[in-house]
Amino acid sequence: MKYIDEFQDPDLARRLLDDIHSIVTRPWALMEVCGGQTHTIIRHGIDQLLPEQVELIHGPGCPVCVTPLEVIDKALEIASRPEVIFCSFGDMLRVPGTGRDLFQVRSAGGDVRVVYSPLDALRIAQENPGREVVFFGIGFETTAPPNAMTVYQARKLNIPNFSLLVSHVRVPPAIEAIMESPSCRVQAFLAAGHVCSVMGLGEYPELAERYRVPIVVTGFEPLDILEGVRRTVRQLERGEHTVDNAYQRAVRPEGNPAAQAMLEDVFEVTDRAWRGIGVIPRSGWRLSPRYRQYDAEYRFSVTGIDTREPAECRSGEVLQGLLKPHECEAFGTTCTPRNPLGATMVSSEGACAAYYLYRRLDLTTPSLEASTVV
Amino acid sequence: MCLAVPGRVMDIEERDGTRMATVDFGGVVKEVCLEYLPDLQVGEYAIVHVGFALQRLDEESAKQTLELFANLGMLQEEFGDPWELAAEASGSPRPDSSETTQEARQ
Repeated sequence: MKYIDEFQDPDLARRLLDDIHSIVTRPWALMEVCGGQTHTIIRHGIDQLLPEQVELIHGPGCPVCVTPLEVIDKALEIASRPEVIFCSFGDMLRVPGTGRDLFQVRSAGGDVRVVYSPLDALRIAQENPGREVVFFGIGFETTAPPNAMTVYQARKLNIPNFSLLVSHVRVPPAIEAIMESPSCRVQAFLAAGHVCSVMGLGEYPELAERYRVPIVVTGFEPLDILEGVRRTVRQLERGEHTVDNAYQRAVRPEGNPAAQAMLEDVFEVTDRAWRGIGVIPRSGWRLSPRYRQYDAEYRFSVTGIDTREPAECRSGEVLQGLLKPHECEAFGTTCTPRNPLGATMVSSEGACAAYYLYRRLDLTTPSLEASTVV
Repeated sequence: MCLAVPGRVMDIEERDGTRMATVDFGGVVKEVCLEYLPDLQVGEYAIVHVGFALQRLDEESAKQTLELFANLGMLQEEFGDPWELAAEASGSPRPDSSETTQEARQ
C-alpha cells in the first residue's frame, strides 16, 4: 500500500543501518515515546540490527497502558448499569481493572459495544434516545481531537444522552517527567509522529534546550524508525540537541491548527495520574466547564471504587523505561495476553505484548542453554 | 489505537452539516470525518485516526525522503574507504596495514 510498502524496503533499510553503524562511536540510550513505534521495532527486530552501542528504551506512549486503574474501574461500574450503552475502542476490552475487565462486564450482561470512531457512539446515542450512551475517551493528542469533535457535535445537535468518560494524556509533560526522574538514562527522544501531525513541533524546542536532549519526530514504518535513530545518533555524536523532523510527509511544523482550536475549546489542561507512574502535573485534558454536562464523571456519580493492582506486575517500571518486559518475573509465566496482570500485556501498543508476540521464543532460549550447561 | 494509518480519499460529501469522505485503506473502506482537513481533495492521501483525517500526506516530501535513503550508500561508495568496501564485498578480512592514500580518498 502506498506510503507503507515503500517505507519497508529492505535495501533502503540496509543503507540506513550501514550509515548508523558508520557514525556511532559511543553508547547512547534513545527513548521511542510511542507504543506503536515499540511494536514496529520489536516486530521487525530493528533493535537487534542496530549497533550494540545504540539502546532503544521503550516509552510510556501507550494510551491504554497509562489509563489509571481508578478510571478503568469507573468505566466498569458505569458499563454495568442497565440504562447504559458503553462504547469503547476494541483495545480497552481486556485491560484489567480491579478483578475484571469490560469483556467480562459484557459477558455478565452489560451492554458494551466496540466502535471504530467516537462518531459511531454518537450515532448510537441518536438511535437510542431512551438509553445513556457513554464513550470511553482515552488517548494522546491523536485521539483527543476526534473525541473533542464528537462532544462538540453532541452539543451542536443537542444529543443529551451522550457523554464522555475522559482520560486524555499529553506527551510533552511525560517527557518532562521522564527527564526529571533520578533514574533517568534517556539521552534523546524519538518523538511520536502522529502526535506532532496534530500538535506540530512548537512544544519541543524548549524541552530539547532545557534537558539538552535531541528530539527527533519519527514515523512508524521500519525506514521511518531507522531514519529517526540515524538523525538522533548524528546529533548525539556531534553534541547537538535540537528538534528535527524525520517524518516530514505527515508532520508540518504548525501541526493541524483546526484540531488544536477544537482541543482548546472543548478541553482544559489538568493534572493526570498515569497508571504505574503516578500523577504528572498538567499532563492531561478534561472537558472544559462549558461541556461539563457531557462529562460521564459528573453525570454518573461513581463512588466506592477501591483499586487494587497485582503486586507482581511491574508495568510501571516498563512504562518508564526502567525495565525491559522480559526482565519481569511474571512475563510469559503468570502474565500472558490471555491472563494479563497489567495493561502493557494487553494493548496493541503495550511493550510487554510486543515482546510476547514477537520475541518470547528468543527470550526463552538463553535460559534453556543455561540449564543445558548446568 | 494510536495507530493512525494512511488512506486515499475516494469521494466527499456533506452529511448533517459535517464534511465526510469515503477513504480506502488498501482495500478496507471506511467513512472518515474531514472537519479537521476541510480542503482535502479526492485522490489525496491523509493520515486517518479513529475515523478522522488528521494530516495530509505530502507526496513530494515522501519522494525526497526515499531518494535521500537511496543516496546514502552512494556517498559511502564514493567517499568511503575502498579497502573496507572491498573487504566487505569479498567477505574476507581487510589485509594488514592496508591504508588508503589521501589521493584515493579525494
